[in-house]
Amino acid sequence: MSRLPFLIGSRLWQLLPIIVFATFVVFSLLQLVPGDPALVLAGDYASRERIEEIRQLYGFDKPFVVQYGAWLWHVVQGDLGKSLLSSAPVYDLILQRMPNTLLIATYALLIASLIGIPLGVLAATKVGSRIDSFVTSVASLGVALPSFWLAILLVVTFSMDLHWLPATGARPFSVEPGRAIAHATLPAIALAVGVIAELARQVRSALIEVLGSQYVRTLRAKGLSPISVLWKHGLRNVSVTMLTILGLQVNRLFSGAVVIEAVFAIPGAGQLVAYSAINKDYPVVQGVVLVFVVMVILINLIVDVLSALLDPRAAES
Amino acid sequence: MSVDGVLGVPPRTTATRRVNFWRWVRSDLRAVLSLGYLFILIFVSVFAWKIAPYSPIEQNVTELLMEPTWSHWLGTDDLGRDVLSRLIWGAPNSLYAAFLAVTVAIVLGVPLGLLIGFLGGWFDELMSRFIDALLSFPPIVLAIAVTGALGIGLTNAMLSVGFVFAPVLARIVRAQTLVVKSALYVDAARGFGAGTGHIIWRHILPNAIQPVIVQVTLMLAIALLAEASLSFLSLGVQPPQASWGGMLARAYNYIELAPAQMYAPGFAILLTALAFNALGESILVALDPTMKRR
Repeated sequence: MSRLPFLIGSRLWQLLPIIVFATFVVFSLLQLVPGDPALVLAGDYASRERIEEIRQLYGFDKPFVVQYGAWLWHVVQGDLGKSLLSSAPVYDLILQRMPNTLLIATYALLIASLIGIPLGVLAATKVGSRIDSFVTSVASLGVALPSFWLAILLVVTFSMDLHWLPATGARPFSVEPGRAIAHATLPAIALAVGVIAELARQVRSALIEVLGSQYVRTLRAKGLSPISVLWKHGLRNVSVTMLTILGLQVNRLFSGAVVIEAVFAIPGAGQLVAYSAINKDYPVVQGVVLVFVVMVILINLIVDVLSALLDPRAAES
Repeated sequence: MSVDGVLGVPPRTTATRRVNFWRWVRSDLRAVLSLGYLFILIFVSVFAWKIAPYSPIEQNVTELLMEPTWSHWLGTDDLGRDVLSRLIWGAPNSLYAAFLAVTVAIVLGVPLGLLIGFLGGWFDELMSRFIDALLSFPPIVLAIAVTGALGIGLTNAMLSVGFVFAPVLARIVRAQTLVVKSALYVDAARGFGAGTGHIIWRHILPNAIQPVIVQVTLMLAIALLAEASLSFLSLGVQPPQASWGGMLARAYNYIELAPAQMYAPGFAILLTALAFNALGESILVALDPTMKRR
């Protein structure tokens, strides 16, 4: 795999402008706040000296680009500033919370892949059948279902009525994995349903396209069995598309996790950003948003590189 | 062969593609049901003040968390407010939210897409990377952050959601613009002295409008769900105003005492999102019948 480092290098180079723009957007968030940013950051009861100190620290008296440069320099060194509420370093806050979010997101992605992809394949191989219309209807329902409502329904059924699984909180996976999984199960299911629906729809339409193509018809005409056509040609050709579809779900998972965490009182990054946004703790909001977007970009990088390895044609584009 | 054909003008499709409304209605029951539901919802929103049996914000401490009765069909909430009235008053807020977000997305996204596609070159390169960057943010997370910066409340929340949606439309319009801009018939039009404005208005916009309409209808559903989510997180509609997401948040707090209260708002959100989605898909099929099998 001698071309792997080259591949990663060239993709990173392409991603660089996207990362720069993304950090710029995160930095600009503070500019949306009405009023003097120094006053905003200093908090409600700050002394005049403190406000002046913050103005100096962040360089609010300097041009916008200089401010951005200074901010970016700190960020690159891992300094995301301090929380206005608790004065804890933002970096530490995110490090504490993010594992809980990543656990339910990964768990949900696993559930969604195991159910959504087979459903999409099943529907695509039987287009127009009852199974197909069932899958399509369930998928339409799943896309429109508010995940936090589903989460509440799950809590009522499986925690309050049946007492099968805990309704609130989280446990660290590294310390007690069993209980961590138990706590993450209901949130992961609630989060997975929308992704299952989306995966089933997209895998179905991607596979229908491949199965309807000329060369598949030729293979069928040559007398190849439908199973062999599906496995050897259909799915192999769709695998890269599936990878891309999975990569695109990451955004949906992170978005959903923010709301789901509120239902299950999970101390995750989503709860952190929502709470900080309500309480005007801007450095924390910026930090969490930045970490989320960098994760999404890196996951897309991994998807890109994997696709290129799976399908050399994709590497050239 | 006509002159149009020689110049590569697409066959005059307006007559064939202008969907026969009634035929469409008869052939697509799902679209009819969705449209019917949405009209009822709009009617309820406009006449909420007349239809709702009680005030949505009037509290009554003698009737807290009541089960459904003849006087309160859906019971009362933790402050003794009539749940049915709050459900009805949630409709205008939800529709306002969805349409506001989508309008913002159109106003920002469509001109940006036109501009990027039309200018092309390094500007296209630069702005396309910028759009990629915006689309890399988890939408709700970015909307929360922008709402937090602008100040919490329904209007700001939906401005944020619209801002988050805009790059999606910009990307679609850009792609359409690039295709049409280099078409032979546009070259011909330019040869005959057509100005940039004329080309954008008469050639590019009509071609870009179809995918935009489909996307916008589907966005209404996403915006509605986003409003419900943000109101659930208390970043959207502020109390005492009624919203379906906010009602669910309150009902969840008192779930042990009044478990029945979390059904109605959830169904309202689900049905409305389903209706927008179904409508979007029907429009897609109506505009391009080859999509039916997908």
